[in-house]
Amino acid sequence: MPQISLVSKNFQYPDQVELQAALSRGAWEQWKRVLAEKIPPAAIIEEVKAAKLRGQGGAGFPTGVKWGFVPKDSPKPKYLCVNADEGEPGTFKDRAILENDPHLMLEGVAITCYAVGIHTAFVYMRGEFYQPQRVMEKAIREATEAGLLGKNIQGSGFDLDVIVHMGAGAYICGEETALLNSLEGWKGWPRLKPPFPAVVGAFGCPTVINNVETMAGVPHIMRLGAAEFQKLGTEKDGGTKLFAISGHVAKPGVYEMTMGSSLKELIYDVAGGLPGGRRLKAVIPGGSSAPVLKADEIDVPLEFEAMAAAGTMLGSGAVIVLDETVSIPEVFMVTARFYAHESCGQCTQCREGCTWIYKISKKILAGHGQPSDLDLMLDLADNMNGKTVCPLGAAMALPTIGFLKKFPHEFLALMKS
Amino acid sequence: MLQFSDATRQQALALIEKYPRKSAAIIPLLHLAQKEFGWISEEAELAVAQLLDVPVVSVREVSGFYFMFHKHPPGRYHLQVCHNISCSLLGAETILDWIREHLGIESGQTTPDGLFSVERMECLACCDRAPAMLINDELHVHLTRDKLAALVEERRRQAPPPEPHPTDNHESMET
Repeated sequence: MPQISLVSKNFQYPDQVELQAALSRGAWEQWKRVLAEKIPPAAIIEEVKAAKLRGQGGAGFPTGVKWGFVPKDSPKPKYLCVNADEGEPGTFKDRAILENDPHLMLEGVAITCYAVGIHTAFVYMRGEFYQPQRVMEKAIREATEAGLLGKNIQGSGFDLDVIVHMGAGAYICGEETALLNSLEGWKGWPRLKPPFPAVVGAFGCPTVINNVETMAGVPHIMRLGAAEFQKLGTEKDGGTKLFAISGHVAKPGVYEMTMGSSLKELIYDVAGGLPGGRRLKAVIPGGSSAPVLKADEIDVPLEFEAMAAAGTMLGSGAVIVLDETVSIPEVFMVTARFYAHESCGQCTQCREGCTWIYKISKKILAGHGQPSDLDLMLDLADNMNGKTVCPLGAAMALPTIGFLKKFPHEFLALMKS
Repeated sequence: MLQFSDATRQQALALIEKYPRKSAAIIPLLHLAQKEFGWISEEAELAVAQLLDVPVVSVREVSGFYFMFHKHPPGRYHLQVCHNISCSLLGAETILDWIREHLGIESGQTTPDGLFSVERMECLACCDRAPAMLINDELHVHLTRDKLAALVEERRRQAPPPEPHPTDNHESMET
């Protein structure tokens, strides 16, 4: 079976959120070992690089390489921002970590901060995450009282404060530079890059930004060693990945898989296939920004390169399954409504493009569309694809191209002669 | 002039201490203000700005950008129904229909007794338990019309005798 329990190993225990129970299952052991053995920070960065851990928020950038970009000799303080602004439609795997195993993420945060020389970490959590906030704040309190966080941790002289910072309902703040602006008390408008956050990030200081799931992988790298961890995945994508599967499947949920398992296995073998004997129509494989796959295109390995070769993306590992009863133009309208609502308004082509695509999609559903509307939407998509400050424009453009090119007949069928 | 309670003020001052720059506490303080006053009025923005010693426009720019800050008083129970893909596939619109039929309100509106308000929400990150919604800060999942009816009834019973709602219904927030 391609399924594996590493990051999700302790999700099954309701008391895993309590420090004592988590400790009894091995939580914080790697952090204590790092401090006790005085493992050199550079050695940890090398280990994470060799483990081929990649950013699990959607972009898949190699984590150790990202850490390596932080200047070592900067006189400024450095920061870690954990991106817990999980909002990509279909994605709910970070919620699973935050609610079920907060100490695993915090241990990863501690090891990361030690490796990069950081003494303040912000957990930027989306504002609607009331329960994850309660769980995480309690976990931080307990870990600090136990001397695992805070001042002079385990007598090592190393200090680390972890602060939960709640957002307030803006999908764009999951984009790392919008997150930084939001953290600093501005509206969440993405910044131009360069400079990259590793050099000029939060409060003008060098900053590492990592996803929740990425942080949760770090203690496992320290426990297993880079080679063992990497072997769980593929040559370029080490370790495992949490997949969040929803929509028309018998057993929706979060499943941990070795990197490189197939999308088809995930849907049929792991998530129990489609309920009610219905047939598959399409799959949105990597969050709503990922171009749709048709039913006959799903025999593809779940890893970054293979998904890109199939014309889509692994993204956040969010899989939405659509059965034969689904109206593609309706799903498309819901998708466009989301991006129109969430475009931050900074770049004209995204602000206007998302809104116009949404309006046209509504018009088609109401039976007032005409065939030239499809070309118009593709043109609007082209105007924003890769031509904006951040990837939100592309996140609307790619599904537009995907839905319109793969299911044009469903749109045309709604038009009068 | 709107004033924070002493307890909230202490909480706010402790929050400000956590950040390297005072202005970073704008969003946390707006959350505190909303908890205390129920919504973000112009007076609430001014109270936040004064505590942080920043121009009120810096606070207003932020409160206007973020969806969760209410510009009008919501109902005592604010129903936030996800209408994104997975929830739509599994019946979000029937949930919104029930609310329209039984409470007489659409997204952005409040019942005349001030008990319930409803808002369409984007993905709440619990697609595996669709359809989902928040009632204030509680998550409710696997919604059906019957389950929603029971949730609403339960809250009607809990609520104190109705007071007239301070404002009339507002236009839908939908684009």
